[in-house]
Amino acid sequence: MAHEETVYEALDHAHGGEGQWAFGTGFDEPLAGVDTTVPEGIDPTDLGVYCLMLGDDALVLAQRLTEWVTAAPELEEEVAIANVALDLLGQARLLLARAGSVGVLGRSREPATDSIPDEDALAYFRDPDEFRCTALVAAPNGDFARTMVRLLVASSFRLAVFTRLRESRDPVLAAIAAKGVHELTYHRDHAARWLVRLGDGTEESSRRAQDGVEVVWPLLTDLFVPTDVEQRLTAAGAAVAPSAVRDEVRDVLAEVIGRAALRLPEWPADTPPRGRVGEHDPELAELLGTLQGLAREHPAATW
Amino acid sequence: MSAPIRGRTDVVDPRAVAGRVTDPELPTVTLADLGILRDVRVERGTVVVEITPTYSGCPAMGVMRADLVHALHQAGFADVDVRTVLSPPWTTDWISDEGRRKLAAGGIAPPGNAPVRDVGPVPLRLGPSRRTADCPLCGSADTEELSEFGATACKALRRCRSCREPFEHLKEI
Repeated sequence: MAHEETVYEALDHAHGGEGQWAFGTGFDEPLAGVDTTVPEGIDPTDLGVYCLMLGDDALVLAQRLTEWVTAAPELEEEVAIANVALDLLGQARLLLARAGSVGVLGRSREPATDSIPDEDALAYFRDPDEFRCTALVAAPNGDFARTMVRLLVASSFRLAVFTRLRESRDPVLAAIAAKGVHELTYHRDHAARWLVRLGDGTEESSRRAQDGVEVVWPLLTDLFVPTDVEQRLTAAGAAVAPSAVRDEVRDVLAEVIGRAALRLPEWPADTPPRGRVGEHDPELAELLGTLQGLAREHPAATW
Repeated sequence: MSAPIRGRTDVVDPRAVAGRVTDPELPTVTLADLGILRDVRVERGTVVVEITPTYSGCPAMGVMRADLVHALHQAGFADVDVRTVLSPPWTTDWISDEGRRKLAAGGIAPPGNAPVRDVGPVPLRLGPSRRTADCPLCGSADTEELSEFGATACKALRRCRSCREPFEHLKEI
């Protein structure tokens, strides 16, 4: 630690002491200077919890995608996956910062040091049962084909939600969504083109793509079922009920699966929300172990 | 509130100082050229600078903020407040004509018009992208896209079929 600080300070002093030349000094708050007042009629706690849902989906999927870096089938694809993950990480940072701005921090502040921003406390110091992501993003990657199927479903869902969320009565959420729409369009198209290429490719690539579809489809079971928080916030004009995007997502997925010459499985029956209320399979704890390990070991570290 | 050092606020225009700060990833263009710099004004002795992120995850935002503060401090402005503005969201249409010329001169093909999709579902694009970009090296229009994702969030990878050179394209968003 002392060694790292010395290196940082030396770099910083050599370049004018303005913190330009090394990261980790906390100057990079994504909502710095943004008006975070919550409009009347919107419950701040509900809003914060909803931001955790959307933010955790992005954070966890970004972490899953990052597992492909150094292992993707070709260099261009590795760069593409890293770019998609980076966009999602940026969305997660904004959304977690928004949750922090309305005071929704859960138990994260107890173990975190005061010097780290809310977004970091939320990302690194919540336990799995405080995460609000769906099983769709927390599930392991599997092979490349399954990763692309999951990315297609996750980005189709998120894009459909974000296009509507641009009209949110919360101006911060609306702005985050408006920016995200452009990014998610690239993500969804990228995954869709890969699925067509794999499904309509060789016997082996087609088999793997179909296997991916069969494994990912059951994860749709609670994706479109709103929680109480989402229902209240949708009524207040601040959120998008996931049930409202079901038909659009189903059409997109059917089109891609059809073009990929794959078999469209039965749509799973609705079940009550699990991930959105903090119930997760053990894979999430494993993923968070990797994501949070360093920050928990060295809570005040900078790099 | 501390007074501006060397008392130069009346001589040096903070807009001009902030307007000369270049992008950390694309040093041939300024933040103003890219449309990232939204406003520079003085409020009760503090220089207030507004910037907007290009991509949600753009890792250069922190460096941009630090570069702006540094340049304004160097010019004699002691109190600088760099604020983030999220709305309206940045698109490549915010890049000025001057910025586009500088990008091309620096070997990066400038973007075409940003797609307009403010309402309704976004159409799926399953075919190869129909985007075009002239080769910034030889000027040929006969170029192909290698990947929609490049070395930074804002760039795609292309190749010129005439001179065979690969080049980067600031992709429309």
